[in-house]
Amino acid sequence: MARVPVQFTLNGEEKAEFVESGVTLLKALRDKIGDMSVKGGCQQGTCGSCSVIIDGELRLSCLTLAESCNGAAIETTGGLAEPGALHPLQHAFADGFATQCGFCTPGMIMAAKALLDRNPSPSREDVVEAISGNICRCTGYEPIIQAILDASRANSLSVA
Amino acid sequence: MELRKQYFSDERKDDLKEIGQPRPRSDSLGHVTGTTAFFADRTFPGLLHLKMVRSPHHHARIRGIDLSEAEKHPGVARILTAKDVPHNVYTILTLIQVGPEDETVLATDKVRWKGEAIVAILADSERAAHEAAAKVKVDYEVLDPVLSIDDALKPDAPIVNEYHGQNFYRYDSGACRKVRFGDVEAGFAGADHILEQTYSSAPIEHAPTETTGCIVVPEGSGRFTCYTNTQAMFFTLDNTSIILQMDGAKLHMVGGTVGGGFGGKVDVIVEPIAILGAKLTGRPVSFIYSRHEEMQISSPRAAEKLVIKDGVMNDGRIVARYVKAYIDAGAYSRHSPYGAQKSAAHFPGPYTIPNVSVDSYCVYTNRTPSSAMRGFGVTIGDFALEVQMDKLARLIAMDPLEFRFVNAYRDGDIKAHRQPTEGAALIECMQEASRAANWPVADQYLKMSSAKREA
Amino acid sequence: MGLSLQTFPSTEQAKAALEANRASRYLGGGTLLVRSANEGEVSFSTFVRSTDPALTSIEISAGSARLGASLTMSAIIGARALAVVSPAARAVGGPAIRNMATIGGNLYAPAPYGDFTVALLALDATLEIDGNDIPIGAFLAGRDDTYARSIVRAVRFAIPSSDQFRFLKVSRVKPKGVSVLSICAVLEEQDGLITSARIAYGCMADRPMRAAEVEAALAGKPRSQQGIADALALATKGTAPITDAIASAWYRSEVLPVHLGRLLLTA
Repeated sequence: MARVPVQFTLNGEEKAEFVESGVTLLKALRDKIGDMSVKGGCQQGTCGSCSVIIDGELRLSCLTLAESCNGAAIETTGGLAEPGALHPLQHAFADGFATQCGFCTPGMIMAAKALLDRNPSPSREDVVEAISGNICRCTGYEPIIQAILDASRANSLSVA
Repeated sequence: MELRKQYFSDERKDDLKEIGQPRPRSDSLGHVTGTTAFFADRTFPGLLHLKMVRSPHHHARIRGIDLSEAEKHPGVARILTAKDVPHNVYTILTLIQVGPEDETVLATDKVRWKGEAIVAILADSERAAHEAAAKVKVDYEVLDPVLSIDDALKPDAPIVNEYHGQNFYRYDSGACRKVRFGDVEAGFAGADHILEQTYSSAPIEHAPTETTGCIVVPEGSGRFTCYTNTQAMFFTLDNTSIILQMDGAKLHMVGGTVGGGFGGKVDVIVEPIAILGAKLTGRPVSFIYSRHEEMQISSPRAAEKLVIKDGVMNDGRIVARYVKAYIDAGAYSRHSPYGAQKSAAHFPGPYTIPNVSVDSYCVYTNRTPSSAMRGFGVTIGDFALEVQMDKLARLIAMDPLEFRFVNAYRDGDIKAHRQPTEGAALIECMQEASRAANWPVADQYLKMSSAKREA
Repeated sequence: MGLSLQTFPSTEQAKAALEANRASRYLGGGTLLVRSANEGEVSFSTFVRSTDPALTSIEISAGSARLGASLTMSAIIGARALAVVSPAARAVGGPAIRNMATIGGNLYAPAPYGDFTVALLALDATLEIDGNDIPIGAFLAGRDDTYARSIVRAVRFAIPSSDQFRFLKVSRVKPKGVSVLSICAVLEEQDGLITSARIAYGCMADRPMRAAEVEAALAGKPRSQQGIADALALATKGTAPITDAIASAWYRSEVLPVHLGRLLLTA
């Protein structure tokens, strides 16, 4: 199997790795770079657990080939805040019981971040739409929707 | 959240420090930062990937297995078949003296459901394992399948599982689990109305976001560390020990956070074969279900068929209830004989009825073996019972909630299994539900209490 | 044999690579092809992709659109000139899928996927494939053989007005769910009568299909309960709906006329 170099930034840090050609970004992030915050739930683009932000756009790392990310800026939940600190979304998810088993949480937070990056004051409908590609089997979604709305309000307060 | 403290206030101390107080989840900071470690969140050099060759048929005889091409495939480390498994019997409930030895770990001469495991491929990469799996040639003689409870119980139905000799599990009590209380026939004879209805359900998959799996590492000490997302650690330890004929002290099972279980991760399917692979190759082995396997291979909640016949009086009292329950185990028993037993034990529901008869059957079909899921053997019964309760209320033109008050069990009532009722709270739950849902009921029901019947 | 990715700056080179290697497949957004590789499909070992900027261009002129086949659903939603057809792009997947899924991939998506293609079929789009203009109907008929290894470069269609274009995706989960079925109608009306109708269905066959008999029955009729009654009676003519985990063929047939009626009568 041919190994090819890939180079991108992960949460602002330069990364350069040799990966097997044709490998998914999900596998490259987890197995090569060791960012285990990105979860593989279905490998078929239906669950959203592997959601990451690539160049500002929400994408599924299980369906993205690592080589196609050369030069890209990749964001994951693992790099959302400095160790010991919490992003407003993380804070709101923890505070609002928006996690249960925790497996969908990193992908859910990335989907929420992609929304808030573009729309800092979303409506409830905007939030529902933004996480519509992310499956949670535990919470019934309501605490998650509420947490994202809470985070958007906390955000606007901190800006003000 | 609002606590209604007026209920059972005399049975409870109110000076507790934790209960009634909101507390943060102990695991939430790990979850939101993505630092919670799930079983698959680790890598090991030299890791092998296990992929299973599965039956494409619901029911077939295996005439032969040709591994010659697959074994030569680049990247393949080892291929496992039934003869590699020390004690090739999977029976989850053997440890509590329920499970019959009716299932293999890897199929030998027959497959009894579409997806049954036959050959395990261990390869350097998932891709190599998939490629080699495609080169395994299995020669099948396809047999007629049995795909429904009704078909399984026809007199000339093909036998699904020869171990049982018939398409249902034989309990020590006979062909079904039975409950007999009072005299249902007399009850029906004296009833103002009789209502008999049939309810049925399809299998339900838990669909956890994290699929079932494990990673096994052979240690220098001769032990095997198995990182698993099982919900049943000691079932897994004990069953693996039996299947592999290996001292339990050699098996170091490491559990932890489970990415959604809902009862779907209590079968011991991935661990024994992955540990066997690690033992025979000396390398770490990862066996993680694909989403397709999680949906089609992992045990679902059983399909059920329930026939409920009730005798009811015009004043609302149910005087007789007969339930015939059929639980579709699929091709093998797993937890289903126990599930059917739970089903029998659950009827007639949370109601006090003087005459009750229940027959609960565990039926075999050529479908994915069913197993545990949140209240298995009970939940579908509750669905059917509560629909039946609504229909009965309608039949006698009574408010459905008031109808339930009339029949609700109370402390001291003798249940159909001859156990006295203790700690009932149905009356109080319905009183609160009546208020919360703004569904008013007559005053007499709001004055009721679970603790004692009114004079 | 393992997997590998070959990336080419021009579509010509990608085309040549596809022709040179039968075990190669053309990679668009990855939502179908990478998925199949993840799920153990071993019939191909090489992904071929093109980064040709022409594949992501949007050209609008004189009421017509020419869209590069690598444009994503999100790119369509973001293009103001394409606002009329954007509901069909919005019907595809969730936000992440829409950022990845391309027009070209959607054209090859087997039912229950391919909702945007249902719209392209009702728009009577023309496909640019290897220098030839191919009507979308001919493409869909030949997509498993004649065009199985083609690279679609672009699609062209006349942009309808908002009152001419109607799109409906029926799913069990809201707002995102796999199709029970989808319907697209492009209607022209004059003096209260339908003068021309193009109706396309998704999930009512293994690929998007036109409802020719419905179209004929609508011609010359007013868009009223009574006016469309004959057309609705013919709604399932020629359909062979799929059965999958979302719905049975029977269910799809039962609900199709209901949804078609609602779509046609919505103001």
